[in-house]
This record gives sequence, structure tokens and C-alpha cells, in this order.
Amino acid sequence: MKKRIVLLAAVAVAWTGSASAQTKDANAEFEKFRAEMEESNPAELFEVKGEELWKAKRGPKKVSLADSCDLGQGVGKIEGAYVKAPRYFADADAVMDIERRIVWCMTEKQGFKFEDIAKKPFQGANDNNAPDITNLVTYVASGSRNMEFDMPMHDAKVRDAFETGKAMAAYRAGPYDFSCNTCHGADGKRIRMQNLPNLSSPEGALRGVLGWPGYRMTGGVMLTSQWRMNDCFRQQRFPEPKYASQAVTNLIAYMTGNANGQMYKGPGIKR
Amino acid sequence: MADPMKIRASMKGDAAEVRILMSHAMETGQRKDAAGNTVPAHFIQTITIDVGGKRVVDGQIGTAVARNPVFGFKIKGAKAGDKVVVNWVDNKGDKRTDEATVA
Repeated sequence: MKKRIVLLAAVAVAWTGSASAQTKDANAEFEKFRAEMEESNPAELFEVKGEELWKAKRGPKKVSLADSCDLGQGVGKIEGAYVKAPRYFADADAVMDIERRIVWCMTEKQGFKFEDIAKKPFQGANDNNAPDITNLVTYVASGSRNMEFDMPMHDAKVRDAFETGKAMAAYRAGPYDFSCNTCHGADGKRIRMQNLPNLSSPEGALRGVLGWPGYRMTGGVMLTSQWRMNDCFRQQRFPEPKYASQAVTNLIAYMTGNANGQMYKGPGIKR
Repeated sequence: MADPMKIRASMKGDAAEVRILMSHAMETGQRKDAAGNTVPAHFIQTITIDVGGKRVVDGQIGTAVARNPVFGFKIKGAKAGDKVVVNWVDNKGDKRTDEATVA
């Protein structure tokens, strides 16, 4: 009897060993694929569309975002705006991430209705085109390529958003009694073959914010960080947050703050 | 009206490396929409590439190619400064021509 247990244990060790080796191989293979694809990332097509939208006079007020929208670096300036957000915007009296800020500009400066933007904020699997807001975010993000994340943590209001985001990540609820940290709070966790980053560590947080906005090869759609947050809520079986809400900004602030000082590579590519 | 392509061309050794990103739905005609109706096929059928005024690629593709396709070619005999002209035509007759210069 004892012999049999030992044998079973040995089999179990051998099996987990090969499973993790397979995971490693699969990851290495996928990394090669991604490196190859990053050289010609279809996200660039969305950058081009976003640039046109940024410079075009649009909306009921017929103004361009390039002439009216301040992303924190001066009106119309996109260089470094993505890596220096979320930040506090005095005119809106709120801490905002880039997507939320662009939505604010579109409603306040161009006169678009928020409800119209929020009706279809993300590209669906069967949509041929990404919504305007996604193209705009992709264009703005391209202006921070190869710059370091530099969210202004010294700003008390940004710090507050960061701390709230941190508390939200630890908040357990829903039918599964899950928090973000259940999957993303420790090293070495995974769902099926997908390794999950530990968002409380600088390396893990970087993996959480790197590559967004990203082109998803599955379905060929362009998606933003806001979409990623919404989908996390959905996967947790939480009610999904309202589009461009403070809650999502707080979570993005938590991740970006932890990733501060590390390099952002621009719009990415996802499987 | 089709969206513009992104073309990158640079000399790598004795060949020009040309990378092309195309913006296209590439519908196979096999999918159904939410209402259950077949989404009509819509895909790029022919691609041509001219380098320095000479036709170097004259190809046909079909529905097996993904949405927003990426193509890469190594073209011998090209030199820096050559003009690269890429053209595609889809099954609905929609077309697009863009150009770049070999760096």
C-alpha cells in the first residue's frame, strides 16, 4: 500500500513537471510570434484613423480636439500624455485616465452627447470598425511610445485615486466571492494556459498596462484599457461599470502607479 | 472608401524588405450576424506591388486571410529611393493604392 502511494506521488510530480514545461514552451513560442507581429502591428491602422479624428473639426460645436483638448501636456499635445495619466484635471475637477479625458473633451469641447458615445464604446467581435473613441485613444497612446510611465503620484488627488483603486482590487464580492487580487494578487497564478500578472508588483503591474490599447488577433479588433477593466468585471460576475466611470480610472491608476518608471511600448498586440 | 494602407520599405542587405498593413474587413461569407443573416463575403482578391516602376508581385488572395492583413516581402534588385506602389482590389470592386519610398 505504501509503495503504491509513493508511486502515485512520483507520477503526480512527473505530470505537473511536464505541464509547466509545456506552459513555458507555449509562452516562449507565443512571445516569438508577438515579437514578429509587433513590427507590423495592425494597431497602426487605428492610429492613422485616430490622428484624422483628432485633427478634424467635429461635433455640434465644429472644433477639433487638436485645437481644444488638453490632455495634461497643453492643448492638442499628445506627446507623453498617455504615460503621464491618470492625472488630475482642474477644469473637470476629477482624476481621469486618457480615455475618460478624451470623452470629456468630446462632450465639453466638441458638444457630443455622452450617451451617444457610451452607447457603443468598444469594438464588438463582429464589428469591422472600432468606435471613434478607440481610434483616438490609440492615436494618443502612440504619442507615448518608448516613454516611461510617469503618473504624478505626488499629487494628493492622484494618490487618492491610486489608493481607492488598490482597495477596489482587494474588494471581494459577487457570486464567486472574488476580488481582483484573488487572481492578480500573487505571483505564479494562471487561468488555463494564461499566466496572470501580480498587479501589486512593479513587473506584474507593467504587464497589466503594457500593450493597451491593443489589437486583438482573435477577431481582429482594437480594444482599450477601459474595455479590459470592463471585461474583468464581467469575468468576475460583477455588474459592469458605467462607461468612463471613476471606478475604472481608479483601477487604472492603481496599476499605472505600480508600473511607474518602466517603459511603455505604445499600442500593442494581443492574442 | 477604403482606408489607407501602411507601407514600410527599407533595404536589408541586397534586398528591400517591404511590410504592408492593409485595413480590410476580409469577410469570408461564412459568418452570420446577430439576426441570423449571412454576412456577405467581402475580401481582397488581387494585390500588385511595383518597385521602381517594375511589377514585382501580382498575386491573388482569398477568404483564408485574416481581417486587417499584414504582408511582408523581400524584393531583390530594389535600391534605396525606389518608389513602392501597392494596389489591391476586392471582390466588390473597391480598391486602394498607396505608395512609399525604399529607405
